[in-house]
Amino acid sequence: MPIALTVNRKKVSVTTDSDKPLLWVLREDLHMAGTKFGCGQGLCGACTVLMDGQAVRSCQTPISAAAGKAITTIEGAKALPQGAALVEAWQAIDVPQCGYCQAGQILSATALLQANPKPSDAEIDEGMNGNICRCATYIRIRRAIRMAAGLPDVTGDAA
Amino acid sequence: MSLMPELDRRAFLAASVAGAGVVTFEARLALAANAPQAAAVPVNVFVRVDTANHFTIGAKNPEIGQGIRTMLPMLIAEELDIGWAQLTVEQTLADDKIYGVQTAGGSNATPNNWLPMRQMGAAARAMILNAAAKEWGVDAASLTTKAGVVFHVPSQRQAPYAAFARAAASLPAPDVAKLPLKSPKEYTIIGKPMVGVDTAKIVTGQPLFGIDVSLPNMLHSAIIKAPAHGATLASHDASAAMKIKGVVAVVPINSGMVPMGSHDTLVVVADSWWKAQKARGLVKPVWNDAAQKGLSTALYEEQAAKALGAAPQVELAKAGNVEAALASAAKVVTADYSYPFLAHGTLEPQNCTGLWQDGKLELWAPSQNPANGRRETAAMLGIAPEALTIHMTRIGGGFGRRLLNDYMVMVGQVAKAVPGRPVKLLFDRTDDLRHDFYRPAGWHRLTAGLDAQGQLVGFKDHFISFGKDGKPVRAAEMSAFEFPTNALEHMQLGATYLPTNLGTGWLRAPTSNAMAFVYQSFLTELAEAAGTDLPDFLRRLLGAPRELPAEKGRPALHTGRARAVIDAVCASADWRGGHLPPSAKGEKRGRGFGFYFCHRGYFAEVADVTILADQSVRVDKVWAVGDVGSQIINPLNARHQLQGALIEGVGQALIEQKIEQVAGAITAESFIDFPLARIENAPREIAVQFLTPDFPPTGLGEPSLPPVIPAIANAIHAATGKRLRSLPLKLA
Repeated sequence: MPIALTVNRKKVSVTTDSDKPLLWVLREDLHMAGTKFGCGQGLCGACTVLMDGQAVRSCQTPISAAAGKAITTIEGAKALPQGAALVEAWQAIDVPQCGYCQAGQILSATALLQANPKPSDAEIDEGMNGNICRCATYIRIRRAIRMAAGLPDVTGDAA
Repeated sequence: MSLMPELDRRAFLAASVAGAGVVTFEARLALAANAPQAAAVPVNVFVRVDTANHFTIGAKNPEIGQGIRTMLPMLIAEELDIGWAQLTVEQTLADDKIYGVQTAGGSNATPNNWLPMRQMGAAARAMILNAAAKEWGVDAASLTTKAGVVFHVPSQRQAPYAAFARAAASLPAPDVAKLPLKSPKEYTIIGKPMVGVDTAKIVTGQPLFGIDVSLPNMLHSAIIKAPAHGATLASHDASAAMKIKGVVAVVPINSGMVPMGSHDTLVVVADSWWKAQKARGLVKPVWNDAAQKGLSTALYEEQAAKALGAAPQVELAKAGNVEAALASAAKVVTADYSYPFLAHGTLEPQNCTGLWQDGKLELWAPSQNPANGRRETAAMLGIAPEALTIHMTRIGGGFGRRLLNDYMVMVGQVAKAVPGRPVKLLFDRTDDLRHDFYRPAGWHRLTAGLDAQGQLVGFKDHFISFGKDGKPVRAAEMSAFEFPTNALEHMQLGATYLPTNLGTGWLRAPTSNAMAFVYQSFLTELAEAAGTDLPDFLRRLLGAPRELPAEKGRPALHTGRARAVIDAVCASADWRGGHLPPSAKGEKRGRGFGFYFCHRGYFAEVADVTILADQSVRVDKVWAVGDVGSQIINPLNARHQLQGALIEGVGQALIEQKIEQVAGAITAESFIDFPLARIENAPREIAVQFLTPDFPPTGLGEPSLPPVIPAIANAIHAATGKRLRSLPLKLA
């Protein structure tokens, strides 16, 4: 039976196994490769998307649980004000190294700023601790979130 | 410095490699050479210019997050004398016959490409100038350039490079060795902070990585490997899996890289990876694993303990009479150190896509060493290496894992089983952790003697790791010139190698990531026994500026450069020893120091730590000073590499990273069993400084990592008085 959902404000319908994770529906059925497979165990955050505004691990979300929901992926993050500010800050600071985890990082940061527009340093670390960056771009992730939130630039990034 | 002696001539031959309807950098070059006036024109294999004077620059090396796709084009663009905004970067094919070495490893890309890439830019510019001189009837020496425009000041003429590209492309290639290069004062791109060329694409989710490759009619595959490494396949029953709709085949293959031997694998091929992965559970393999089942971490530990007390199996180095020196020493210090096997844990799991057609194989490979992958895959398939076309994708983390090309060798065999259809092979996380090529564990028994003045007079190390017949397995070797033994009159290094069934391999700063911990920790013990601190003790050992003995053909440690980074980090951190007052909450704090030289780079690092109530350790701040030669090419990326290396070091030191084995098999299943550093592990502050003495520029992705690990161990000792001699470091 087709499952209908909204992805980046576009209505879509997919016919697939109801237990297929949203991650693989995005990547294989909808051909949106921005959302990444890192562990398939809900432990690294690379597959983070927003579902009705909440950050979820798409590798742990069966497509049946996404039926009728509104999904935001990295491809549509800029349509949200927080997402747009974060993408801009990410680019200005040049956060990525290999770049593989960054979609998940940006979506987790979007959820963080939606819930808490001016997070403290401790709140940033808490909000982002579910997202692994193997290259360890963390100093710049903190800095980019502060920049997107309009907080003073305490870089931790001394030259 | 190894140049690419053949590159200068080859670079001007128009390549003509094109595959399966995918338009490659090379194919576009070939097309452009025969194209109508409006098309872009190749000046050489790295430079193409279109009629709007926009440039396409070829990036030849694998990008694993080290920033090479930005850095190599910076070198070309600088000498081509164009603006950074005037160019687009395109990945070349993997083809070392055209491009020279295309490896991401050993921090070698900077020293190997610093000269040739600038020469490629300069050569293209010279050809443009020669064409302009001919057309304007003036001497080429009277022409100048700026931002992709040629000027003839005396006649007030100017024209964009594009106006001369077609004529230039048909001119003879200049002798690149004779081309003048800019002086550093003239640089407009080198030394400027450049945002990564793919950053905008990454933050908008564009498909760049190997796992993102999507081809029409593509199949997907999941792997089943024997839990015990090295086991062979006795039989299998795939009948239940084949009944699943969408499953196309279950293929037994050999994942062993030629000539490494057999690691049999079953591959489930389906129209979706999710389906292939699900169907895996229905395949019933029977493995021959009797030879591997007895091997375990517990056995290795038992064997290592026994071996430490016995004589070494092989001698690595010997000078003077160490036993006599120790016997007459005022003080003798001895200690055992150890470190575990480690996985790489690249966030993008191992994968590769292949298409077998008409006896030829096309690959889309996230590989750090595609040239080796080509040879190994061709040998496994029994075809000529030239029958492979290899596209290089962006890579979601390398760290040395992708220097080995098992995924290429495997997908080649799968592709051959489904001819005419592209197929992607993808490990899941557990596969990736359990079928890595691990940083080998090691043990050291160190003994050193100090005279009455605290001078180091004798040094002995019995090193235990893994190998066969007195030879270490890959990445389990120890240098016969480990500092400070290469500066001593009396020393002896010996090794014993234990058998293992595990594949081993290079992990970022291989051997150095472990050796720095062992030696810089032990030297701190010696410094304390001599009544001083590590920086001071190192200065005494280093002595006057000179090069210390090194392995033939390997870079030698220059004591003056070492001394300079040590002094500089002591100044920036205001080093006065390891003592720090407790935190406001009364938590113990300490400061530690570490220095290491490897991969031609010199790094000295200081770490401040706090011991938290649960006895866990937080790294608060790290200071790092590096010397990787006279020129930091992209200072923005250099800082990023350093931050990442230091936090990776924090991970190896403090967060329970270790790979363990039971009954021949790796136990780690997820990032719970093999944790990676998270944002909570990142220091609040990292202060980075580069010294730029007049030596050729070298790489920094690796040499920056090792010293932070002993710096943390030394800081914990300063805070608690406890000397932790085993990684990962644990207080409770």
